[in-house]
Amino acid sequence: MSPQTFYHIPPPGVDPSKLTGALIVLEGPDSSGRSTHIGLLRQWLEEQGYAVAQVGLKRSNLVAAELEKAKQGNILSPRTLSLFYATDFYDQLENQIVPALRAGFVVLADRYIYTLMVRDIVRGGEPDWVESIYSMAPVPDAVFYLMISSKTLVDRTFQAHAELDYWESGMDCGLGRDWFGSFLRYQRKIRQEFVRMQRKYGFDVVNGNRTIAALDADLKGRIQQVLARKEKG
Amino acid sequence: MIQRQEELPGKLIAVEGLDGSGKSTQIHLVHQWLKSKGYRVFFTEWNSSSLVKEATRKGKKRQLLTPTTFSLIHATDFADRYERQMLPLLRAGFIVLCDRYMFTSFARDGVRGCDQVWLRKMYGFARVPDITFFFRLPLEVALGRILEGRPQLKYFEAGMDLGLSQDITESFRIFQGRVLDQYLRMAEEYGFTVLDATLSVHTQQKLVRRIIQERIDLALYHKRFVQ
Repeated sequence: MSPQTFYHIPPPGVDPSKLTGALIVLEGPDSSGRSTHIGLLRQWLEEQGYAVAQVGLKRSNLVAAELEKAKQGNILSPRTLSLFYATDFYDQLENQIVPALRAGFVVLADRYIYTLMVRDIVRGGEPDWVESIYSMAPVPDAVFYLMISSKTLVDRTFQAHAELDYWESGMDCGLGRDWFGSFLRYQRKIRQEFVRMQRKYGFDVVNGNRTIAALDADLKGRIQQVLARKEKG
Repeated sequence: MIQRQEELPGKLIAVEGLDGSGKSTQIHLVHQWLKSKGYRVFFTEWNSSSLVKEATRKGKKRQLLTPTTFSLIHATDFADRYERQMLPLLRAGFIVLCDRYMFTSFARDGVRGCDQVWLRKMYGFARVPDITFFFRLPLEVALGRILEGRPQLKYFEAGMDLGLSQDITESFRIFQGRVLDQYLRMAEEYGFTVLDATLSVHTQQKLVRRIIQERIDLALYHKRFVQ
């Protein structure tokens, strides 16, 4: 497979020519089916003989616990929170993603820098600043954004939890006192920012309103092509 | 790289220098002086925000940090103090004293291999101080002060993560030498006020106070009468 490229430069100590694996990212809101599809993809890839590593956000050894605490207390400024998330991201990048890519794994990422950037930008972060923070991230081989309608999102969210998450509803953004209304407005802003970012970063927007089986087949077809292209070099 | 910045009612004074340069002593004396004169003054130091401290401590203890996460975690700490304290206080017309500022990151993280453009963009939200005192000390003198007074060097402080030497003292020497080079390269770019840190503590403090009085109209910073 061909080596990874980075948005700006790799972090110190990372040699891109040694990263022979593939990085595949699923983006999309909570309840869009990311984890279900990652589970299905993993099984399928392993059946085909690919070693798979899974990563996500807020899972680092370094700061995940502190991040969780900070979110509970809601005491950090947006910029502090974004740098905290960036620390979490790079900890996983350097300790999980890069070693897995070096070992030739297919890395399935349950969200990536785009979610982190979109969340910051929706909260008023300067796009240039936010993008520069994540400029040492490897460019994925494929990014699939699971776009789902507000109606589907609401249905799925209530089926799964019977309540709306504070952060996923953007309740810290001052969009309104009505939780449901804030959720819809916040998710719309996120979607708009993803679409803007899609133009810049060129990821695949896939229709997430379909059945699990239909979306699964679509994703597998696309990933098959990506891996075939990589193997040809 | 330095952008024009908005005028704020407050003033920002930072001290930088190698470990052992005496900068913390000097800024402490400035703090005492301004407090005793009844000025609105606030003191803050590098790596001290309570929330971030726990993560830093854990990361350092277990040696989990890479140059990138080491740098990010310090930037997180800085942002927390900057947005919660420094910037609001500057807007309210305080003199804010900082023991180490973003230049510490540019120097140390630069030595660790972090890209200077990346570092400077990350700290792009922070103001360049009105005065940055740099306490300049020949490397051997700085090393002597530290190695004689506090022989228990810490892992990251000695740059052991860089693999410069198996011997912690030797690693510290090489690391500090490189940090000093980085500082000297920044001195002109950011207009550091360079002080000779081999002078006596008292002589240096007199110089520091004189420079502050020349550059800042202290009368503007008297505590206002609040009922």
